[in-house]
Amino acid sequence: MTLSAPAPLPSPALAVEVHGASVVYPAAEHPVTALRDVSLAISEGEFISLIGPSGCGKTTLLRVIADLEQLTAGSVRVNGLSAHDARLARAYGYVFQAPALFPWRTVLANVCLPLQIHGVDKARARTVALEQLAKVGLTGFEGKYPWQLSGGMQQRVSIARALGFEPKLLMMDEPFGALDEITRDRLNEQLLQLWRADAGRRTIVFVTHSIPEAVFLSSRIVVMSPRPGRIAEVIESTLPAERSLDIRDTAAFTELAHRVRMALQGGHGSHGGH
Amino acid sequence: MAATEVPGKRGSGLGAAWHRVAPVLTVLAVVLVAWHAAAVWLNAPQVIERTLSSQPGWSALDLVRLTLSMDRPVLPAPHQIALDLFDSVFGWPLDSPRNLLFHAAVTSSATLLGFAMGTALGALLAVAIVHSRTLERSLFPWVIASQTVPVLAIAPIVIVILGSMGMTGTFPKAIISMYLCFFPVAVALVKGLRSPGVLELELLHTYAASKTNTFWMLRVPASLPFLFPALRVGIAAGLVGAIVGELPTGAQAGLGARLLTGSYYGNTVQIWSALVMSALLGLVLTGCVALVERGVTPGGRR
Amino acid sequence: MSTALSTPVLVAAFALLLIVAVLSVRWLAAVDERNVFGRLGTPLLFGAWVLVFWEASMRAFDVPRVLLPAPSLIAQSLANGIGVLAGDFAQTVLHSALIGLVAGCTLGFVTGVLIDRSPFLQRGLLPLAALASTVPLVGIAPIMVMWFGFDWHSKAAVVVVMTFFPMLVNTLAGLAESGHMERDLMRSYGAGYWRTLVALRIPVALPFIFNALKINSTLAMIGAIVAEFFGSPVAGLGFRISTEAARLNMGLVWAAIVVAAVAGSLLYGLLGWVERRATFWHPSIRTTAGAVQNATGR
Repeated sequence: MTLSAPAPLPSPALAVEVHGASVVYPAAEHPVTALRDVSLAISEGEFISLIGPSGCGKTTLLRVIADLEQLTAGSVRVNGLSAHDARLARAYGYVFQAPALFPWRTVLANVCLPLQIHGVDKARARTVALEQLAKVGLTGFEGKYPWQLSGGMQQRVSIARALGFEPKLLMMDEPFGALDEITRDRLNEQLLQLWRADAGRRTIVFVTHSIPEAVFLSSRIVVMSPRPGRIAEVIESTLPAERSLDIRDTAAFTELAHRVRMALQGGHGSHGGH
Repeated sequence: MAATEVPGKRGSGLGAAWHRVAPVLTVLAVVLVAWHAAAVWLNAPQVIERTLSSQPGWSALDLVRLTLSMDRPVLPAPHQIALDLFDSVFGWPLDSPRNLLFHAAVTSSATLLGFAMGTALGALLAVAIVHSRTLERSLFPWVIASQTVPVLAIAPIVIVILGSMGMTGTFPKAIISMYLCFFPVAVALVKGLRSPGVLELELLHTYAASKTNTFWMLRVPASLPFLFPALRVGIAAGLVGAIVGELPTGAQAGLGARLLTGSYYGNTVQIWSALVMSALLGLVLTGCVALVERGVTPGGRR
Repeated sequence: MSTALSTPVLVAAFALLLIVAVLSVRWLAAVDERNVFGRLGTPLLFGAWVLVFWEASMRAFDVPRVLLPAPSLIAQSLANGIGVLAGDFAQTVLHSALIGLVAGCTLGFVTGVLIDRSPFLQRGLLPLAALASTVPLVGIAPIMVMWFGFDWHSKAAVVVVMTFFPMLVNTLAGLAESGHMERDLMRSYGAGYWRTLVALRIPVALPFIFNALKINSTLAMIGAIVAEFFGSPVAGLGFRISTEAARLNMGLVWAAIVVAAVAGSLLYGLLGWVERRATFWHPSIRTTAGAVQNATGR
């Protein structure tokens, strides 16, 4: 699925539709507007990055889609269902900023957790879990406990867990933020491979702070700005679908990163107070 | 239902105070209602048997009235206990054995003496353990292990032995209290005196500070947050020790003695009054420690 | 034997023994901390020397048995009175303490789970729990005797009241301990309240629950024994201690105390063992630094 073709494509199915979403937290002095009137349409098979400074609402937007937060106004539809129904229908997998693994369960038991909750029988859950662990390259570690693994490996387990139901939509909230750069690079590559392996059927929404990461991974970059949280700009990636880490040294990459940086600064400078 | 924290605070002052107090008042109200109901229910058989069976045509109101004002009830009503306390405290001179405050004073004098001794001893031992590796390895494990042992079981022996040596009254009880205060204080102080991290210790090392300096300027202040909870536990334990110390030899004065005589003579109201007075004493003693803590700790909070 | 040796010789002998004792303990204490032999051996050697000095002093200085019998005499009384003491043990430890402990902890735990969803009730009950911890709860023993009779039931009732609040407080603290992220995770799986409780919140609460269990085991022993000081039929460790002390039968008294002490430590040790198996994943159990902290008291 290439995005460098400028010709209009027949519109593919929409994985996520957000219309005029607003989230306002009531507070004693000033209500905090986490999101104001945000609209976004994400097609199936896209890799979308949400990037912006703290307080721009990128995590809030992700959580709204995942039904972990409520909208004050507007609507969200995931695969045609409301966010609430989508959650109960296990339409997505969610990866948090920290691995959030249960230390009293082995790696295998952790990956089985969502399957167990939804009543999948033990043998089948085990098989599926082993498959997902193989996909993230952790075969052989099933019997270990989370604290016996490095940070990067723990996060990989968390991704394997999110893949358990083979969800078409994967949501990731700064999953690699706590890791060192070298591990991060490796995991970025693995994530891209995972995405491409499903030949355009898997949609990924990815929140990040890092411009290079957003540019490297995405097919489309959504730049957000704070106070109030809103979309500043949406940038289509000009990079080819097949990428390796070397692409970061090319001119196209640098130019795209520059555009994103400008969009970030522009959004930042234009907010001008309340 | 947002899973994140909602920023902002509740109304300050009166609203917040009510928010804290209302649940407690509700629980207390429920307890009082349940108490009255239980008192009527538990006292009813005796009342019916003794009084009402000879009175034809008695009503529920009669039952309630009588069960809540018995001489020797199975469960006294709250107002009976309150009245008894009031009478005892304000109706008799302070040095009369009929005044509960007299007994409270006897028990608390033993508690406070024991508390002072126990804290001093515990502090001394903690300082010794922190500075001597030998003591730490040989004695400290025993101090910790002794916390799992029911130390109060020794109370009768202490009373009897010291009694046979001619020591009676406050001192044997204080010894028991001392024993009970000693362990929590010692363990907490060792933990507290050793709490400063490597960073702070190395800082003082660069100032060429002596061991005494390090002790007074770093270890002692760092140990205070550990010490005060242990002091509160210690004084509560010391109070229990003093009360228990009054049991074995049939002492005449003190709250434990009152509890015992009340139970011998089946005087329920007296038992309950003594119990309430013990509870109040416990609150006052612990409150005093808390006040000292607030005065000594800068900023009031750890 | 005691008066055969003259005082200067005795003093010299004791001084020598003392020097040997101190030096041997110091030597063992200086052994590396990671060496189990050194770590366990030092307190044991210290204890052994205490027993030696105790025994030697009793014999050499002819201390009246009323005050403090020699260890050998205590051992003898223990052997002689084993039948009686076994009965006392069953009454106090197995009936009063253990049954009261199980009942009180279960009640505290269940109450904690029930009011977990009501911050209002929590704010109402927690101050009451703080109050209960400053109040000498053993004082309710005479009232329990009045209600439940002289047998072990009244003592168990005292233990129930004493152990209820620490377990309640710790259960609530433990249930609050699970992180936001983990709870969001369960929510993202559509897991309901009870599922989340069983799969996440109770395992996270286990370290707190075991903390309360260990505290309560000590309280249970104390409660059971002290409640017997207030009046008991014809059996029980507390009963044995107070009545034999009044008869100045010190050997049996100390033997009963030894039984109580051993029972208390064994119970605590057993709970510690179960804790290590059930919460193997918690940092306080699996790291040595954490384990030392855990052992010296949270």
